[in-house]
This record gives sequence, C-alpha cells and structure tokens, in this order.
Amino acid sequence: MHLGMLLEMAADGLADRTALGPAADGPSFAELGRRARRLGAALAARPGTRIGLIDLNSPAVPLTLFGSAIAGKPFVPINYRLADPQLRAIVARTAPATIIVGDGVAERVGPVDGIEYLTRAEALMIAADPDGEQGDGWGGDADDIAVLLFTSGTTGEPKAAVLRHSNLTEYIITTVEFGGAAEDEAAIVSVPPYHIAGISAVLSSTYSGRRVVQLEAFDPKEWVELVRAESVTQAMVVPTMLGRILDIVEADGQGLPSLRSLSYGGGPMPLPVIERAVGLLPHVGFVNAYGLTETSSTIAVLGPDDHHAAFASTDPAVRARLASVGRPLPTLEVSIRDAAGELVPTGERGEICVRGGQVSGEYLGRGTTLDADGWFPTRDEGHLDDAGYLFVHGRLDDVIVRGGENLSPGEIEAVLLEHPAVLEAAVVGIPNKEWGEQVAAAVVIVGEVSEDELKAHVRARLRSSRTPDRIQFRADLPFNESGKLLRRVLRTELADAFA
Amino acid sequence: MSLATKPGARFRSAVDATEIIVVKPAKDPVDLRCGGQPMVALGDDVPGGLALDPAFAGGTQLGKRFADTDTGLELLCTKGGEGSLSIGQTPLPLKDAKPLPSSD
Repeated sequence: MHLGMLLEMAADGLADRTALGPAADGPSFAELGRRARRLGAALAARPGTRIGLIDLNSPAVPLTLFGSAIAGKPFVPINYRLADPQLRAIVARTAPATIIVGDGVAERVGPVDGIEYLTRAEALMIAADPDGEQGDGWGGDADDIAVLLFTSGTTGEPKAAVLRHSNLTEYIITTVEFGGAAEDEAAIVSVPPYHIAGISAVLSSTYSGRRVVQLEAFDPKEWVELVRAESVTQAMVVPTMLGRILDIVEADGQGLPSLRSLSYGGGPMPLPVIERAVGLLPHVGFVNAYGLTETSSTIAVLGPDDHHAAFASTDPAVRARLASVGRPLPTLEVSIRDAAGELVPTGERGEICVRGGQVSGEYLGRGTTLDADGWFPTRDEGHLDDAGYLFVHGRLDDVIVRGGENLSPGEIEAVLLEHPAVLEAAVVGIPNKEWGEQVAAAVVIVGEVSEDELKAHVRARLRSSRTPDRIQFRADLPFNESGKLLRRVLRTELADAFA
Repeated sequence: MSLATKPGARFRSAVDATEIIVVKPAKDPVDLRCGGQPMVALGDDVPGGLALDPAFAGGTQLGKRFADTDTGLELLCTKGGEGSLSIGQTPLPLKDAKPLPSSD
C-alpha cells in the first residue's frame, strides 16, 4: 500500500475531525488532504528526485511527508542540529532535491549542487492557496521509497535507512485501528521530524483520526504547558525527556489531568524514573515501545496492563518485566540468535532478529541487510523470557569483552541506577593490557557516594567481573538530542582519563 | 468470474460505493464479490444492469480488514458501501484485530 492511500482514507472517512493544531480552529483531515495534495502537485513539478526537510516541527512536516508521497518522491527529513560541515555533507548526499527549510537554514548550508531550497513559509502558502492545483492520486507504487532517514551515526558515518511505502503502511494498518481514536483525543509531537517516531506519529495519528499538536522542539516547560492548554491525551517521549517533564509536574503540583497514555522508548528507561512517573501520574497508562528506524518504528510493546501487573506482582519474574520492552507485535516474528545465526534457548542472550512486512533493514547504496529468509539482525542484544517478553540489553557492538567474558553494559548500568545517589550511569569497555578490556563507568550523582561504595553496590548484585574497574564522576553524560548516549565519545573520554 | 489479486491492487463494487485494496493476495484467482456481484478493477468500466443482492447488503465499513483463511486473501476497505464482501457465495469474514496500545 501507498501513504497516499492512508491520507485519502483519512481525508474522506474522517473528514470533519480536526487534524492539526488547536481543537477550536485547526484544519480538518479533509483540509489536511487538500493542502497535502496542493503541496504535492507543486513538489512534483519542482526540480530534483527527492524532497528534503531541515526544520523544526510545524504543519509543514505532515504536509511535506504526505506531499512527497503524492509527488512520488522520497521524503528526507534531515537533522537541523548537525554541525554545518556534517549538515552540508548530508544535504549533498540528498541531491538532486528540493529541500524545505526553516529560518536561516539555507544561509547556513549555502549553495549545494543539485539542491533547491523552498522556505517553510512558501510551502505553507502553496498548501493553503485555495486556487492551487491539487495533485490527483499519488506518484509511484507501494514498492517505492517513501522516506529516507539518516541514522544518528553514533557508530560511524550516517547511513540512510530506506523505508518503502509498503513497510510504513504495513506497520500502520496492522497496529492502528482506522478512525479508532476517540473524538477528543490529541497527541503531542515533540520528537524531531528526522526521528522515526516523528514519522510514525504523523501516520498513526492520521490513520486513527487523532488530532496532533506540535511543539517546535522539546522543552519540558513548554511541553507541560501545551499538554494542559490543548487537553492532550497521548504523548511519546524518549527517556531523557520524561525525567525533565516529571521535575516540572512535581514542582508545580498541577499534574497532567488530560493525559491518558504516555509511551516511552528510544533507549533504556531507568526503572526509578518509571516508578516516579507512575507515582506522579497514577491515572496515566504507560507504554514502553521498542523499535528501530529500520523496522518502521515499534516492534514490541509493554502496555498499561503489563505495567500494572508487574507493579502489583510479588513474583520476581513478573516484576522484572517492567524492565522489558513487552511482547513482539503479533504481526511480526522475533527470534534470538547466537553469533553463528543459530536460535538460542529461551532465557539466553543473543542478537535480536526480526521478520515482517514493516521491516526494511535496507540502507541506500548498501542494499539489504536481511538474510535469505528475510530476518533482520538488529545488532541489539536481548533475550526472551518464558512468557515471550523481550528484554533488550543494548547494542551488541557495545558488549565489553573482559578476560574472554562478554559483559553487557546495560546490565551494569541498571544496577548502578538502582543506587539512590546515582542519577545517570553509563558503562563502556576501555582498552586494558591484562584483560583486553576493562569495565569503566561514568556516573552523575546527587548527594554523596564514594567510588568504593558504588563498586560494593554492584559487586553485591552482580559477579565481581562485572564490577566497574574504574568509575568517573561527572556533571553530565554525552547524549545526542534524541536521548541516545554517545558511547563512542564516552569511550574515548574514559580511555583517555584512565590511560 | 475470477480475479487475480496482487498486493496493492484496488477493486470497486459494481453495485455500491465500496472500494478495497489487496493487502495479501490469494494463492489463486478468486471470485471476489461485493453486494453479491463480481468486483471490478478500479478504473475499469463497471458493467451496467446489475443489482445489489439483498443477501449481501450488510455493508462494508471503511478501514475494516477482511481475511479468508482458505485462500490467504486479505483486504482493506478504502471506501465504505452498502454491499458486503464475499468470495462466491461465502461471506468474507472480518479480520479480528486486537488493538495495540498506542506507542507513537
């Protein structure tokens, strides 16, 4: 199926519902459809074979996503926070293209061969012009590329993940009920448009008939204010956002009465944060979602009922599921494999592999990474428990090999975070003559705790080989803006510090 | 009359407003009907003189998915109508979908 079909269904079938912005006077889905078709007709006629976007969140994001589909050109949202040279390099890789830009971006990047700029204001004007030509139907078919997303490049040069119309529509039609949102539902989108969650938020909301309110970029105070002002019912946050939101809610004591569902994902959520969230927002249903860009977003969810069951249980195995990402979606398959590609027994760790229609596993210019049977190796380490709950332990490439023993940073980090004085923790392997690698931890603390106390804390809960050999106390950890820890940066810093 | 189904192929009813898109194809060509009359590929001429069979007038709702376990055929309704879907005389059952908690 094609994204144009999703838009047409919503524009026809959910015509009168408010699609975007304030409940009182935001455009309806019928109007969203008309605007996207006008922008699509204009983008089809513009130079270039791709449509880029370098901008904050605005109505131009959903309009350009759907407009590109109607024009039959891949949509390429690009990270506006990149330093100028990196941004210019990615823009050059996007050519030939028309790129929709926010204020000052064209000036920052400068002229690039094969690139034409269109400002956000111009794009919105084209879309809103009642006399503008509306594209009829859509360009290309289901096998064409709908979206190119550059990975964050935390482990090397950014790769462009390929998501085809068929991948994204499979995800949407199998996980979202058409028109299934209640009339008063509204979702806040504060993740950036170049993140897979920004794309899936637009598509899920459109197909379910849910109004979207946008925050240009995440700011915890503005987020809380907008949720209250627009009676937002649904939200998706990455772990670093949630802690900062809770600080505000706790300080002013006003709660978030309209909020019904809060999903979190994009990285491991420290258990203490989720416990605090449940305490402060007892009426909210929490959803932990696990997914990758290459899988068109979510592949496993821990739903509100799972959260309640885990909190209420005295069975350690059930309680432990709070740290899981729930069960795989029924529409795809997940398996855990060893380095030779063989299935490992339940409970044992290995590489998380996934297969299904929403899984792309393909990079531009590099082809597919799916194996002959269609399985995508995620490079994430994980295990499944007896009841099919999936636990994610981190990137396989981050596994520390200390004296021949494989250690998962995630496991050690989770134990460090259980210590009341530890606010943030990250564990990496650094070179060591005796062991090959040794375990180095970086922690951000509140109050006082000594290095020896932290080591004793870990040693009491894990094997001694998993106790950090070295611990660095820091004011903060290096995260990118999507809340992803920059392990490569940290590894270099700790290796230098402990050399 | 039998239709070859392939993913993304779109068909419309000959007797009401219903339109569908193929999500998963059937193994073999199928006698896909709506309102008791054979469906036609979207864009093709609709034969005249056909009437909605009251036995297949339960309606097809926009956004609902249908699946036939025998042939593997899976459809999504992209425009609702008064007719209901069938393969030959056998009604096409709704695909029972357990809604997932919203994660994005």
